[in-house]
Amino acid sequence: MLDFLNRIFGRESNQSRSVAKERLRLVLVHDRIGVSPQLLQSLKADLIQVITNYMEIDEDALEVTLDSSENQVALVANIPVRRMKRKFQTESA
Amino acid sequence: MLMGEVIVVTSGKGGVGKTTTTANLGAGLASLGSRVCLIDADIGLRNLDVVMGLENRIVYDLVDVTSGNCPFRKALIKDKRFENLYLLPAAQTKDKTAVSPDQMRALCQEIKNEYDYVIVDCPAGIEQGFRNAIAGANQAVVVTTPEVSAVRDADRIIGLLEKEDLREPKLIVNRYRYHMVRHGDMMSIDDIIEILAIDLLGVVPEDEMVVVSTNRGEMVVTNNQSRSGQAYRNIVRRIKGENVPMMDLEEGGFMRKLRRMIGLK
Repeated sequence: MLDFLNRIFGRESNQSRSVAKERLRLVLVHDRIGVSPQLLQSLKADLIQVITNYMEIDEDALEVTLDSSENQVALVANIPVRRMKRKFQTESA
Repeated sequence: MLMGEVIVVTSGKGGVGKTTTTANLGAGLASLGSRVCLIDADIGLRNLDVVMGLENRIVYDLVDVTSGNCPFRKALIKDKRFENLYLLPAAQTKDKTAVSPDQMRALCQEIKNEYDYVIVDCPAGIEQGFRNAIAGANQAVVVTTPEVSAVRDADRIIGLLEKEDLREPKLIVNRYRYHMVRHGDMMSIDDIIEILAIDLLGVVPEDEMVVVSTNRGEMVVTNNQSRSGQAYRNIVRRIKGENVPMMDLEEGGFMRKLRRMIGLK
């Protein structure tokens, strides 16, 4: 029913048209920069290593992607935090 | 001596309608009086001959010409319906490395002295076949459909064309379904243009008449009842430099007539 109503009023952001456009936009950001998946993977591993010194994170849910807006490319990391570490390891420690 | 345009029709992804587009642009230009030579550069997967209904007339092919076995004039097949339309078919038994970019460049140079338009049907992909097909071209047309995969490949192709100094390629969006766009289930022309940042040459609506025509080895561009035919005729006039407005993409038929009757449009 909701689907039917959405079709009639048709301005939902979960329309497949907007989904397609957004997916295409993101995939082209990667294509155009020519960043290899290996590079992102290795960046991800390094990020995890650094961040786990300070907080406990959900490594499986971690997402690192590139995005662009108005001629600028941004590195977007979505890192779910489980909890902070009481005592963080400083270099001297 | 003529100095024709060499236009390559390309897409990256297969199955989006390169060959159909090549055949219809050729027939459309020829029907307006231009002298047109089509080259099928898809060596090993010859198809333009079948789409045009000329498959039974092939004697020599592209590789015979580039390897010097026969002069290009002897290999050209004259179309059955259009006085000024000729086809140089691809070789079916060889592979893409049987021709080099230099050979293609020389061939296009030779042919364009005698024709107004040389249109090269490019194979799918970005390898040797693509490089051969674009080697002699001075203009490029990129065909896509409103799908993520096809537009992504079009973007890659546009980048490669510009690297090869084929600046400002023009876009044809094929198999456009207006009712799906209206319902938010297909990317619109504006969406695609915004993402690819390229000039639009035309939009061809999805049309079953294309299948019917191709079954018969005919080109839909000559079908006055068909909407895709109208779209191709508009594109052809734009190639010839005319300023033709984009056609109304809304489907014809009952609902539209009804809406018009009750004054909604």
